[in-house]
Amino acid sequence: MKFRGKIIDVACLNHFTRVVTTISKLTKICVLRLTPDNLFFVLSGKVANGGVSMWCELSQANFFDEYQMEGVSSEDNEICLEVTPENLSRALKTVQNAKAVKLKLTKKHCPCLTIAAELVRLTWSQTVLFILHLLTRVSSQVSIYLPPLKTMKNVVDRMKNLSNFLVMEANLNGEMNLKIETDLVSVTTHFKDLGNPPWGDDASQDGGPSQSRDPEDMAQARVDIRKLQQFLMGQQVNPSKAMCNIVHERVVHLILLHEDVSLQYFIPAVA
Amino acid sequence: MPLSTQSQADDEPYVLVASLDNARNLSNILKSITFKDHAIFSATPNGLKVTVEDSKCMQANAFIQADIFQEFTIKEDLVGFQVNLTVLLDCLNIFGGSTVQGVSTALRMCYRGYGYPLTLFLEEGGVVTVCKINTQEPEEPVDFDFCSNNVTNKVILLSESLKEAFSELDMTSEVLQITMSPSQPYFRLSTFGNSGNAHYDYPKDSEMMELFRCTTTQTNRYKMSLLKPSTKALALSCKVSVRTDSRGFLSLQYLVRNDDGQICFVEYYCCPDEEVEEE
Repeated sequence: MKFRGKIIDVACLNHFTRVVTTISKLTKICVLRLTPDNLFFVLSGKVANGGVSMWCELSQANFFDEYQMEGVSSEDNEICLEVTPENLSRALKTVQNAKAVKLKLTKKHCPCLTIAAELVRLTWSQTVLFILHLLTRVSSQVSIYLPPLKTMKNVVDRMKNLSNFLVMEANLNGEMNLKIETDLVSVTTHFKDLGNPPWGDDASQDGGPSQSRDPEDMAQARVDIRKLQQFLMGQQVNPSKAMCNIVHERVVHLILLHEDVSLQYFIPAVA
Repeated sequence: MPLSTQSQADDEPYVLVASLDNARNLSNILKSITFKDHAIFSATPNGLKVTVEDSKCMQANAFIQADIFQEFTIKEDLVGFQVNLTVLLDCLNIFGGSTVQGVSTALRMCYRGYGYPLTLFLEEGGVVTVCKINTQEPEEPVDFDFCSNNVTNKVILLSESLKEAFSELDMTSEVLQITMSPSQPYFRLSTFGNSGNAHYDYPKDSEMMELFRCTTTQTNRYKMSLLKPSTKALALSCKVSVRTDSRGFLSLQYLVRNDDGQICFVEYYCCPDEEVEEE
């Protein structure tokens, strides 16, 4: 297995660093998956334990000037590494002014990802298969564009003072509600006219029962408010598109798209 | 869930409806009396009074007259309830309490009566938040029986002169001593802390002294812990009146101008500390 990449453009290096820093705010450990065209930062949380999941995809050509890789085998042309994104972020931050930054897979006493002269120790792990099929098999889900993240963050920050859990719900009418309810107070914030992405409903999934979903019908999920807050706090890159897929009582799937980076964050629902 | 917020034909039997184009005109003044979790709301056709008490020795009242509100409709002579003030403030600031010019949160506050929650409709930038806060039976606020007839000494000062003194107060002193007298030192604040005694004197002919009416020499001490919260109201205000009565009870009245330049009042009453020695 070989990997060698070189970033020359200071704006690319800056952008790459910011993406890695955002990842480091979302999770301590994740998998870095390298393919000939892309890099993926993936976290697969244990849903049963309320763990969040995340998927970030970068197009290699938008960052690297030189990029060569040879995967496990010619059929499986990819490399997977378990990384601590904070270490990578810290290392990248210290070489921001470098003329060129090289990332290499090296093996001294153990496999390492080398950045310039710095060493980031990593361990191998199995390829992680991301459980996206969970979303295609469940019948009740709604996709909707998110409201301005700043507004969401302000509201969620205040709601966190009042409750540990929050219900997110949305329908195909472009309406989304954030709700909290405790003994002392109930608060509901209503967002309207958000718009739904064209693939918004579940009609195409294994000929399910609800071919045409009632647009007023809400799909909802109750989540740990800190996990949503963490996602909103970590945003360093202004997305060009932000959307959300709510799988009724199962998971909240948040998707941010920026020209060359996509970030997906999964928050499992709690009872 | 359809939302009927601005409906004129609203048939809900609310006994109290109060609306503001800018929720800060309520939240700022309430913040200045938030030193305890619970507040007693009393609404009359004259407006809203919010009361917070500490151990029956200190009471803060905020007055927001009916004409401050864009709409103030009350169906009874007196509507009273108690709510958690911290929760109410979190709700009023649900959109982050932005201080950006031209951006404000609109508020419609509704109450159906005994046993019902206080309902707030808040709107900013087309986004609506509905809050329902549970209410309790209001406690009877303490009547400090402070009337103008018994006032012995009164001064009105520009707040900026007191702000500096209050920000520097020696917090290791258990009491704040207030001396008012027709003769020297006229108006004096004193503290007795670990590093020594400190005195702040305000002469009666000072520029900061707008009114000086002292008839007898009085020295009273008040627990610092009870008076410290009044600093928040002082910070918001432009003028403050300090009065004491024959019993040594203290009344501080703050004149507060809101975002739109309208006037509201905040008032603090405080009992003198037990071991007082009247001169």
